[in-house]
Amino acid sequence: MQSAQVKTSSRRAGAIIPQGQLGRLILDSIKKLNPVYIAKNPVMFIVEVGTVITLFLTLERLFTGQTWGYELAITVLLLLTVLFATFAESVAEARGKAQAASLRAARADTPARKVLDNGTEQTVSSTQLQHDDMVRVAAGQLVPADGEIVQGLAMVDESAITGESAPVLRESGGDFSSVTGGTKVISDEITVRVTSLPGESFLDRMIALVEGANRQKTPNEIALGILLAGFTLIFVLVVATLLPMAAFIGTKLEVTTLVALLVCLIPTTIGGLLPAIGIAGMDRALRANVIAKSGRAVEVAGDIDTLLLDKTGTITMGNRQATAFLPVPGVSEQQLAHAAHIASLADNTPEGKSIVELAILRGSRVEASLRDTAEFIEFTAQTRMSGVNLPASSSAASKQIRKGAPDRMMRLVREAFGSVPAQLETDVERVARGGGTPLIVAEDGQALGVVALSDIVKPGIKERFAQLRKMGLRTVMITGDNPLTAKAIAAEAGVDDFMAEATPEDKMRLIKEEQQKGKLVAMMGDGTNDAPALAQADVGLAMNSGTQAAKEAGNMVDLDSDPTKLLEVVEIGKQLLITRGALTTFSIANDVAKDFAIIPAMFAGTIPALKVLDVMQLSSPNSAILSAVIFNALVIPLLIPVALRGVSYKPMSADAILGRNLLIYGLGGVIVPFIGIKAIDLMLSLARV
Amino acid sequence: MEVFVSYLILFLLAWPLGLYMARVFAGGKTWLDPILNPLERGIYALLRVNPARGMTWRGYALALLWSNVPIAIIAYLIFVYQGVLPLNPDAIGGMSWDLALHTTASFITNTNQQHYSGQSQLSYLSQLAAIVTMQFVTPAVGLAAFAAVLRGITGGIRSSNVESHVAVPAANLGNYYVDVTRAITRVLLPLSIVVALLLTWQGVPSTFDGAKTATVLEPQTIEGKAITTQTIPVGPVAALVAIKQLGTNGGGWYGPNSAVPLENPTPLSNLIQLISILLIPVASIFMVGAFTKRPRFGVMVMGIMSLLSAVLAFAIIPAATQANAAFAGISASSANMEGVEQRFGPIASALWATWTTQTSNGSVNAMHDSLNPLAGMVALIGMWLNVTFGGDGVGFLNFFIYLIVAVFIAGLMVGRTPELFGRKIEAREMKLASLGLLISPLLILVPSALALAIPSVTANSNPSFHGLTQVVYEYSSAVANNGSGMAGLGTGGSVWWNVTCAVCLILARYVPIIAPLAIAGYIGAKKSAPQTAGTLRVDTPIFAGMTLSVILIVGALSYFPLAVMGPIAESLTIGKPLPQPVPLGQLNQRPPEPVRTVSEGK
Repeated sequence: MQSAQVKTSSRRAGAIIPQGQLGRLILDSIKKLNPVYIAKNPVMFIVEVGTVITLFLTLERLFTGQTWGYELAITVLLLLTVLFATFAESVAEARGKAQAASLRAARADTPARKVLDNGTEQTVSSTQLQHDDMVRVAAGQLVPADGEIVQGLAMVDESAITGESAPVLRESGGDFSSVTGGTKVISDEITVRVTSLPGESFLDRMIALVEGANRQKTPNEIALGILLAGFTLIFVLVVATLLPMAAFIGTKLEVTTLVALLVCLIPTTIGGLLPAIGIAGMDRALRANVIAKSGRAVEVAGDIDTLLLDKTGTITMGNRQATAFLPVPGVSEQQLAHAAHIASLADNTPEGKSIVELAILRGSRVEASLRDTAEFIEFTAQTRMSGVNLPASSSAASKQIRKGAPDRMMRLVREAFGSVPAQLETDVERVARGGGTPLIVAEDGQALGVVALSDIVKPGIKERFAQLRKMGLRTVMITGDNPLTAKAIAAEAGVDDFMAEATPEDKMRLIKEEQQKGKLVAMMGDGTNDAPALAQADVGLAMNSGTQAAKEAGNMVDLDSDPTKLLEVVEIGKQLLITRGALTTFSIANDVAKDFAIIPAMFAGTIPALKVLDVMQLSSPNSAILSAVIFNALVIPLLIPVALRGVSYKPMSADAILGRNLLIYGLGGVIVPFIGIKAIDLMLSLARV
Repeated sequence: MEVFVSYLILFLLAWPLGLYMARVFAGGKTWLDPILNPLERGIYALLRVNPARGMTWRGYALALLWSNVPIAIIAYLIFVYQGVLPLNPDAIGGMSWDLALHTTASFITNTNQQHYSGQSQLSYLSQLAAIVTMQFVTPAVGLAAFAAVLRGITGGIRSSNVESHVAVPAANLGNYYVDVTRAITRVLLPLSIVVALLLTWQGVPSTFDGAKTATVLEPQTIEGKAITTQTIPVGPVAALVAIKQLGTNGGGWYGPNSAVPLENPTPLSNLIQLISILLIPVASIFMVGAFTKRPRFGVMVMGIMSLLSAVLAFAIIPAATQANAAFAGISASSANMEGVEQRFGPIASALWATWTTQTSNGSVNAMHDSLNPLAGMVALIGMWLNVTFGGDGVGFLNFFIYLIVAVFIAGLMVGRTPELFGRKIEAREMKLASLGLLISPLLILVPSALALAIPSVTANSNPSFHGLTQVVYEYSSAVANNGSGMAGLGTGGSVWWNVTCAVCLILARYVPIIAPLAIAGYIGAKKSAPQTAGTLRVDTPIFAGMTLSVILIVGALSYFPLAVMGPIAESLTIGKPLPQPVPLGQLNQRPPEPVRTVSEGK
């Protein structure tokens, strides 16, 4: 979790514009001026139409020998307004593509040992692999393509894709049979059936989707678009009817000025940034290493009411930690601790390290020389135990210390002595019932006792859940543990509810129940038997380490396979909607100042008394109108970073968020343009002098 | 002081009435049941309505429209043929087709914009059969639609006895005929009887006799004719005035409305009528909290409306009581008394002017054409916003559109798909809300611009700023279904005014009723997500501020140019020479060089 966060934040720190792409981006934004393309965005379409009208007026004045500077200035500014908007969209797309490209880069060409029909091997390039080809991958080799293990089991290092350094076990059959191209096998050998065509792996398809080739508007975006179109129509009416009405009171308005007023009033800020905000939402998900299959999925994440969280890995440390030594009668705790300590010296798993730490706490000490003489037996998936062989020395006879899973160890003890101490069996059962994992330590086949490994609730998770509660989200812990253990952990972690001894069917039922109450549910899963629930949930986040079925069923895939990612996804979804709402508010609030700048200026010539409405005391009518149009255009590029990064978001209650955003984007949106327009006006008048 | 007392009495009366109305529309028991239940059963049998059968929004809207059509047709025929129909002691002739069209449209839409003069152009049959019928039915229609929308946003009536129509699920909004009937029998009729009796006691005529003839005290000669007698039309005035005010109708028996001593003789009758104007609109808002069982939501709506109402009242009083600027240097600088009745004085008249335009009432006790320009603007603002209590029932419906827009933007801002009471607001609802937002600016701006651009329509009227204000006022009044007017347009005789206003009246009545019905119908059928800390609460002060801002900003952006070109310019230029209009033909010609500087002194 730690490493994933560090990585994400460093990716986030990237510049707004991908390096060295400015030229291409400008070209791309000019291409987007195509009216057919722009027409999808009614607000910007109106600006483009306005630009054409003012251009004609400029040319007319030019050819009839009148002054044309003002008209030209307006034309250029309107064109810039549209360009800034298309530029924002181009930048958002480019960032998404850059992100996708960096993911693709991890999937370079690798050699593959293809198994031919006659059983012999042939080395081919991974790009030549076809669906259903069989490949062998041994320790130290890269998996050449996405596939499913048909034979063998292995530890696989998936850090290239996920950033998680600890290797994971993959074996044929069951939920952990899928391997991803680009990951590295570090133990044993497996045979993999390729499940994808080159360039068409699941991940490739996901990435292509993110690149925005066929981006569809999300439901909220459509609804907002309708509201913006409604506002735009109102302003078209306001401005169009102004001409005859002004004529009645003796003011002949110029069409150029009317177009300028219209462009200032229609919500160009949000209209121009709306596509960019949507693309950036998916991009932000991608930066968090989550591939959303649609923009809608990201948007829905913000609506989630209930989070189903798997206990292991999300709420507790993925790995259990040693919490107690339970010796059999006749063995001291000290003795057991010492034996466990020695047996775990070479065990670099978090469990092993935690045993060493606890043993040291219990006073166990091991001489440094022991490391050189001892022969360590590594854990393998077949033996399911590890340990150490100590040679005979001056002070002691040779010893074989083993630690491992209870059933395996009990077999070992029985093989040596024919029976197991009764106390051992009760301790194993007690630890297991309490939600912990028992390990048995034996010396030369004689059981010393049990090491209890227990769940440790992740530090900080309780605070996180408290935040979620403030945001109105209910958290439900899902665990296979018995109710007693589950309750204890649920209380410690501060989740709102838990489901113990949960089967996939239970999860499905819980999701349906919540949805019946009108709630939206998010869950994370990896197994094939999770697939129906992933499909049923409103947000189904599949772990990339999970099975293909799970990944197909969910609407998002987490490349890091990090169960806490669900929380991040919810925040990204909320941030996406908040950004749209905040910029809409800002855009509309801006209109007040623009009205006060332009309307008095329009009537300045014929009704000088209206000067009292010119609260900004702008230097001249034309300068007032130009300042408003310049401000209107400049706001778009200035807000591109906000659109792309999203407005800053802290988990808090809806009321608090509304208050905060109304203050910043509502009140700020009213005040900022007064200052901005005045400042631009001052600069214009200075430039003229 | 007068203002405070008026508001105090109003709220004290409206509160219990609102709670009573909530019971009426919820079908609860009330003390009039023994008399009214059999009567209502008779009405349902007559209309062949099964009162237990619920309607979707579509069924409700269609019933609403179809019930209005026959009433309108009969009224139209009565107006045209009143000359040959009975109950016409003063031998008043039939109306022209366009005047009858406008009058019908005006009364069927609860507007009562009058392009005729009541006492001299309507027979008793027209007044009673056509006018009073519509004055009772139309506020009931508004209240019914209002109750239906409230049912919708809280999920509709849970009953399987609903006519089902369409693919899109829609909530059961209740039975239209039941709602209208109960609104008339249990709210409007009892209240009108009380108010009519009070007014009769104050001296308002209640008679079926023909006009009285009086001998004038100072005979005069006008245009060579000696005037020695005056005809004073009377009739069942008190009854009509009662429903005129209670039903936010506004159409008076007499042309000059409640300024006429016979319609409004005393300060006390003035106070009774003033309270009656706002009584049901305010009570409706008291009903919101009780009916939806969300008292805090009711308080939020009440808070916004009261604040707006108070602001307008406190804005109009200084504006209206200023000296008449046209008389600067001529007369003493006391309050502008032009068009104000001496017996009411400027404050009571100003308060009336804003209350009657805040609600869609439109009755007047002073001449709005003579209000100081900025006071006239306050009256206009009341009609432009049209959400400060508003017309019977429809005030909330107008407010509802703004509420939906505010919920949508605020909902996005808290990071969830916007929802009202847990029900999502999506594209379909936004389409309807945008239509609701658009309809008023469309119907005010476009006809005003057209009228001002056609010299034959407006050239003989007031010039320049005040002329513009009059035209805008006329359409604003039609669109707000208000009915008050600024005189001076010569609206009665012109086909243009009658027809354009009729179109505005009808569209501005039914679209803003049907759009909220449809929204409520759709969201009522959606699942309601439970309230959590992450959902937007619509009953907080901060959300009230948001809604208020939406109302004010949308209103300001739509109508600011009108206010500038009309009343603001007029008030800033009174006493100065008026600019000449630019002839339309010249608009196509090349404009002169733009003026590059403002300050001539530099």
